[in-house]
Amino acid sequence: MSKNGASGTRAHVVGAALPRIDGYAKVTGAAIFADDIALPRMLFGKLLRSPHAHARITSIDYERALRLPGVVAVAVGSDLPVRYGILPSAQDETVFAIDRVRYVGEPIAGVVAEDELTAQYAATLIDVRYDILPSVMSIDEALRDLGADAEKIHPESRKANNVHKDVHLTFGDIEAGFAEAERIFDNEYFFEGNTHAALEEHSAVASFGADGKLTLWSSTQTPHYLHRVAASVLEMPASRIRIIAPPIGGGFGGKTEPVAHELAAAHFARKTGRPVKFTLSREEVFYTHRGRHPVRIHLQTGIKSDGTIAACRLQTWLDGGAYGSYGVATTYYTGALLPVTYKMGAYAFDGCRVYTNKPPCGPKRGHGTTQPRYAFESQLDAIATELGLDAGAYRAAIAVDPYTRTVNHLRVTSCGMREALNAVSERTDYSSKHGKLSSGRGIGLAASAYLCGAGLPIYWNPMPHSGAIVKVDRGGGVTVFCGTSDCGQGSQNMLAVIVAETLGVDVLDVSVCAGDTDLTPVDLGSYSSRVTFMAGNAARSAASDVRERIAAAVGAELGVPADRCIFESGRVFDREDPERSLSFVDAARAAEARFGTLAGVGSYTPPADLHGDFKGSGVGPSPAYSYSACVAEVEVDFETGEVRVERIVLAHDCGRALNPHIVEGQIEGSAYMGMGEALMEESAFRNDLHRIPNLLDYKTPTILDTPRIEAIIIETEELEGPYGAKEAGEGPLNPVIPAIANAVADAIGTRIYATPITPERVLQALDGTSGPLRLRAPIAERAV
Amino acid sequence: MLRLPAFDFQPARSVDHAVALLAAHGNNALPVAGGTDLYANMKLGLFAPQLVIGLRSIAELRTIRFDPQHGLRIGALCSLDAVARDPAVALHYPALARAAAMVGTPEIRNMGTIGGNLCLETRCNYYNQSAEWRKALGYCLKRDGDLCRVAVHSATCKAVNASDTAPVMQAYDARITLVGPLGERNLAVRDFYQNDGARANVKRADEILTEIVLPLQASGMRSTYRKLRLRNAFDFPLVGVAVTLATDAQGACTQARVVLGAVTSAPFEVEAAGSLLRGSHLGEEIAAGAAEEVFKAGKPLENANASLLYRKRMLRVIAQRALEDVSHPLR
Repeated sequence: MSKNGASGTRAHVVGAALPRIDGYAKVTGAAIFADDIALPRMLFGKLLRSPHAHARITSIDYERALRLPGVVAVAVGSDLPVRYGILPSAQDETVFAIDRVRYVGEPIAGVVAEDELTAQYAATLIDVRYDILPSVMSIDEALRDLGADAEKIHPESRKANNVHKDVHLTFGDIEAGFAEAERIFDNEYFFEGNTHAALEEHSAVASFGADGKLTLWSSTQTPHYLHRVAASVLEMPASRIRIIAPPIGGGFGGKTEPVAHELAAAHFARKTGRPVKFTLSREEVFYTHRGRHPVRIHLQTGIKSDGTIAACRLQTWLDGGAYGSYGVATTYYTGALLPVTYKMGAYAFDGCRVYTNKPPCGPKRGHGTTQPRYAFESQLDAIATELGLDAGAYRAAIAVDPYTRTVNHLRVTSCGMREALNAVSERTDYSSKHGKLSSGRGIGLAASAYLCGAGLPIYWNPMPHSGAIVKVDRGGGVTVFCGTSDCGQGSQNMLAVIVAETLGVDVLDVSVCAGDTDLTPVDLGSYSSRVTFMAGNAARSAASDVRERIAAAVGAELGVPADRCIFESGRVFDREDPERSLSFVDAARAAEARFGTLAGVGSYTPPADLHGDFKGSGVGPSPAYSYSACVAEVEVDFETGEVRVERIVLAHDCGRALNPHIVEGQIEGSAYMGMGEALMEESAFRNDLHRIPNLLDYKTPTILDTPRIEAIIIETEELEGPYGAKEAGEGPLNPVIPAIANAVADAIGTRIYATPITPERVLQALDGTSGPLRLRAPIAERAV
Repeated sequence: MLRLPAFDFQPARSVDHAVALLAAHGNNALPVAGGTDLYANMKLGLFAPQLVIGLRSIAELRTIRFDPQHGLRIGALCSLDAVARDPAVALHYPALARAAAMVGTPEIRNMGTIGGNLCLETRCNYYNQSAEWRKALGYCLKRDGDLCRVAVHSATCKAVNASDTAPVMQAYDARITLVGPLGERNLAVRDFYQNDGARANVKRADEILTEIVLPLQASGMRSTYRKLRLRNAFDFPLVGVAVTLATDAQGACTQARVVLGAVTSAPFEVEAAGSLLRGSHLGEEIAAGAAEEVFKAGKPLENANASLLYRKRMLRVIAQRALEDVSHPLR
């Protein structure tokens, strides 16, 4: 099926390396992002943020701010007291802090004024008094026994100390598995937290109409979830709120949950009757965060003499920051996807997320799977070396097989991991280089898997995950309506390609209307790499729905059975006699005459049998998994400790590439982002403060630091994907970090057990002063 | 993004006009050339001038002239890019071309000027932060506070001079011209800077830097600049090392200067390294000895994007590499 188009013919649009439909607007600056929106009489907002990591608010006096000429309104916690959070189980935030602040940068109050500078100055006039509380700034501190008196960050939490969530899962006979193992590899790793660093700083504009309806434009990856939370926090019916997601200048997971400034904009627009804009500064983006969790990882893997994995025990401790965010899901994700790559006899997973007085962590590209993947692929590399096996061939030998179930009951369908491993090994001549390069040069390999959308929604409901409407105009134009939000990954283009392919029209004849809760059916949003798979299937289904009616009309016109009608190149014709045909425009007119207004609807709900039946089984299942493999080549300067990545070869099984340009772009972006995480990015704190909340000091690689990146697309046939497609947005990132770590280990002959691999860490490793991280007894700090 | 605070802007027609404006407005005015440093600092609330006096309109300060008798004169408003690309600079003062080409990014080098780079505000990661951040910290000695966060017992600010070109200028024994209401002053770069992060040079508020003069270099002079940074663009130096070295016909070193950047609040000349080099024949052993002197003398603090231990260790490595640059008979 996947090599063919909609009607049994060869695909014309799917698989073609066409320029993306929104590309020209983006590169010329014509695209209108949220911060580009300017409305008449618009006010500008500014948030007052906490200067303390942990404190009780004893009083707030904003009279002086309110009296400042140009200030129109001020709001504090009690004005918007409804608690919210992206997960139903973690409704722990308010728009402005009430009674207590839990991290430096937490919003306390909002001001709107005639101009931005006035709002900014007014915020400094708000007098807040605090009782300062001790801060908790690390995993170790958060796990420390508080004793009877000390206050937890969230006093209402039922967990011990500052534990937010702990999970314990076992699959198979773990003790028997380890007993069966010939050797047990036991290591501890630390993956440092980091942030998304999307170029576009978050922005929101709200307008409250004379009709009593609120419109909120926001750079959000999840307009539907924002819609729900806005209704709840503003205590307004959802039917009176319209959320619009304009083009987004990068998300990477950083714009996947409602945050204070969006809800503040809405509140002030309603309160003042004037449009309101809030655009965050870069520093505020660092405080809004929801980025990669720092994770301490303890990994034990029992290996049989032939190298197969008899048992694996993984323990993770996540530094969650001050609030829940997606953290419960993140915690499960640190364990859920490890068994999706390699067969293992038994698997035990313990995860523990703690609260600290830092900006909340959440999902970043690879959500929760990136950190344990780094550890696992690092350890596998050591195992292969110990066993004298080629790292690529070893991984291929123990790889999961297509159409099987993992040890934790996840359903695997198409799987191109072996092909990806072979591709990167062959392209780089890995086998003849590893362990054999000159001193200071190294090569490393790693593989991974990722979701094509979370199998379950964030709030439990039996409705579809994605819906689409395809309308056909009597002029031949086609419009697809879908609730997706394009965070730069190309979801607009994806919808156009799928609908164009299904109806046999030019991609430019398709208009996309997305991310508008008034106009488009719900799509859950751009997270968990779900959009191509889920919205793509919904759009294909909607286009097929309307195509059936057009085929029926054309069949009647031409006197041929409807199922013989082929849609291709702007025409609809008889498969048996292609000369008998109508143009698509005439076909649409015939269909409208016969059936009335032409529109099709479609929706997508993942299959129900993707997972096992146990608490926590909802995180990890996906209708399909993508697979990736990466080889990195590095050169290490033994005197300065600098690591120069010379080449990254990254192969990704994306099912079928709907647009190879965009898939390659995602692979290249993943290589770049992974390299930054491997070598330099870190959320660093000192004196309770984010040490470097700016893009000069928070290091992301420049183009001069970026090596040759070779993207290899591995196509598999994913029967449940739209035209056979899977995902490409997140999966390719995961193997890059361990591939670089493994290359550094090859180059310097010793291993660094933490990220980022800074020059200082390299020198410590070379000096022999770092060594493996301290091992802990498993579950010693189990918190109940 | 952060917004610039409100201010008035007046372009100066000439040096005299700029000086007159500065004199008329006193502490309420600041001069700006490329703006790559000042405007960023104004956004952070580090400076809040009522009047900003634009110097870019002064065409007379935008020339580079080489005279085989006297050396090189660079107008302070020449862009870093112009300095980096100037043939005479590249031929006679290659370390300056190299340092100018390593500043920031192409955009910053297009806007930023050589005079501005020499007057670069000292930097510290407790200081180059927003007003809100510094308030949360409780401020520091350099601005609004009374405690140096880097060295809590220090009476002076420890912010570093992170200019790439300043140590090079000092190594070339350059002189600068300051013009103020009382006339012109001409002083050596080494006397221009002082080791106090809160008052890093002797330029008075009513003076502007107009010209830099690099003396003619002895024949056989070799020079280089080495910069340690975490990325190949954008970053200020974690450690900078400028070396100038001249040898006689027999290859004996007649002149040598080793000047460090980004370690203290002023470019820091390691005299011991220079005196070790002078009179010697530069080889591996001498270079290692000079690098050891650099290592001993340089005392970075915990105020940049790498630990002081790392920067200290790198002093020797970067100095060694700089000395390797000049030990080969090139340029």
